Amino acid sequence: MSEGLGVKGYLSAGELKSAPGIPSEERMRQGPVAVIECIQEIPCNPCEAACPTGAIDIGSPITNLPRLDEGKCIGCRLCVSACPGLAIFMVDLTYSDESATVTFPYEYLPLPEKGQTVRAMNRAGEPVCAGTVIRVQNPRVNDKTPVVTVAVPHRYAAEVRGILRVRR
Amino acid sequence: MRIKDHPILGVLPEARWVKIRVDDREITAIEGEPVAAAVSAAGIRVHRYTAKRGEPRGVFCGIGQCTDCMMRVNGVPNVRTCITPVVEGMVVETQLEAEPKEFS
Amino acid sequence: MKGLDLAVIGAGPAGLAAAIEGGKRGCRVAVMDMNLQPGGQLIKQIHKFFGAREHSAGSRGVDIARRLYRDAEGVGVEILTSCEVYSIQPGNRLEVILTSFGDSNRGHSQSSTYMRRRHESISAKQVVIATGGAENALNFEGWTLPGVMGAGAAQTMANVWRVLPGERVLMVGAGNVGLIVAYQLLQAGAEVKAVVEAAPEIGGYGVHAAKVSRAGVPILTAHTVVRAFGESQVTGAQIARVDESWNPIPGSEQELDVDTICIATGLRPNTRIASLAGCKLMYSPVLGGWTPIHNKRLETSVPGIYVAGDAAGIEEASTALEEGRLAGIAAAVALGKGRREDREEIEAIAARLSSLRGGPFCAERAVAKQEILSRAEAICQKD
Repeated sequence: MSEGLGVKGYLSAGELKSAPGIPSEERMRQGPVAVIECIQEIPCNPCEAACPTGAIDIGSPITNLPRLDEGKCIGCRLCVSACPGLAIFMVDLTYSDESATVTFPYEYLPLPEKGQTVRAMNRAGEPVCAGTVIRVQNPRVNDKTPVVTVAVPHRYAAEVRGILRVRR
Repeated sequence: MRIKDHPILGVLPEARWVKIRVDDREITAIEGEPVAAAVSAAGIRVHRYTAKRGEPRGVFCGIGQCTDCMMRVNGVPNVRTCITPVVEGMVVETQLEAEPKEFS
Repeated sequence: MKGLDLAVIGAGPAGLAAAIEGGKRGCRVAVMDMNLQPGGQLIKQIHKFFGAREHSAGSRGVDIARRLYRDAEGVGVEILTSCEVYSIQPGNRLEVILTSFGDSNRGHSQSSTYMRRRHESISAKQVVIATGGAENALNFEGWTLPGVMGAGAAQTMANVWRVLPGERVLMVGAGNVGLIVAYQLLQAGAEVKAVVEAAPEIGGYGVHAAKVSRAGVPILTAHTVVRAFGESQVTGAQIARVDESWNPIPGSEQELDVDTICIATGLRPNTRIASLAGCKLMYSPVLGGWTPIHNKRLETSVPGIYVAGDAAGIEEASTALEEGRLAGIAAAVALGKGRREDREEIEAIAARLSSLRGGPFCAERAVAKQEILSRAEAICQKD
């Protein structure tokens, strides 16, 4: 084994394909949806409780992987800040003709600002493309996990999972 | 360096800032914080020199287990600075251990 | 201090949970901790915890600690800080050093009377040892230099005392501690140059690794630290790739510009007090090394002395909480202060513990704990 989460520290394409929390391409085309990048059976279930529509199922035992019922997901983003592993993202391929949006947890300072141009980064922390910050949310329910949404060209939506951190 | 703002912990809470002496330096510290934190915030890393080889030692465990961070505090040697709080005006010295054994 | 029903050593998750259960059942309980604040290592855990809702999953450790000491005080538990138990004598007599610190207003600031130590012998009918774990050290050239520190020490400095322990960091070890602390040092404003892991695979949870990777920090498996550079403190580090026997491969060395090297190469149960009390230990590599043998109620080979949390084998804060609860209830029951519903409660906790030890990541811990219970049959009181 020379790649994958257990060696490199980020998910390989193959690992992503087999995860039960990843929506189908068809569902992706229909609008905002959760992408749950959780592939290890660890005892954890806050995402299940956070989902208001019952779209995330873990059940018993709590080491089950989260399974996404993609028809039920309404793209509300509540699971993004609730996941203790920061492993849930929201992708919206219908944002505009040119751009998709990617939403991710971002627990660093300074927070980016709406409208700001940022470097969008992939799972390995490598720059992918330029992005525009659409939204920065940190309501009380997030318990101090800010959630950031950036717009990026459609073709990068499957890769972008964060932005370049700016050190003060 | 003090972490003045933090994404989870917020801004540094209000505290009583006091002055303490470390060898020939006067540094500012937060009353009640461990001496080791004050010393570290001032950029000082050597807490003591070992008796046999004169090697420098600094903070290793930070929770009172290992004794690497001992300094002389108000004349008392072998004080674990990670579990000893700052008081205004206290005198802290780098501990040179080629000394006769003393215990309070 | 007069005699106690229950003395708890260590005010971390296990100790506080045990004390709360004792307090709820009307025991006179005191928790003793050598640190300046209660909460144990929870107070530096600023990430959201895994687990189920019953274990406050999704909450940050520091918030769980606050809840615990509020609950403890609510049931009349006395919490003593700067209080070090250095021995347990036969008959559950705790030998304790209490340190009090004078204040500048009373003219203590520059005198040796600033720090007053007082010795006390405290008798307790039951004792819970919840002394947690200690970080393992790693021997390499320059390992004693200031700037080489436990990952936990760096985490305490940054998250509890709000002091950045270094600006440029090498993390040694990609278990959960190494990955979490690397992430938290980034959050605190440090630069983490790399995480090295001698094993061919990352030991910690993938989600923690993914956070660190996404931040652009390379996680180098089959790599180790070879030496720390510096005269009076760390001014750099040399890392190298290792072969299958974990020996550095000549020619693969790289130098990193760091001022801090954090060691996250595992924890071991802090068993010093348990050993002094005469509790029998067994060696369990999975649980971190020498571990006090205990039965299902967490009672050791010495009647009336219990262990809970990392002191009973390195696991996680969630399991420490549950073990603490079990030990606290067991101690209260032994004093005749049990409640009618305790039997059900004990079963519910046991069920939660086994679910926490489920899944491929935790299965070997479940086996190791079972081995401890098997050994207990011959030397501990019957469950």
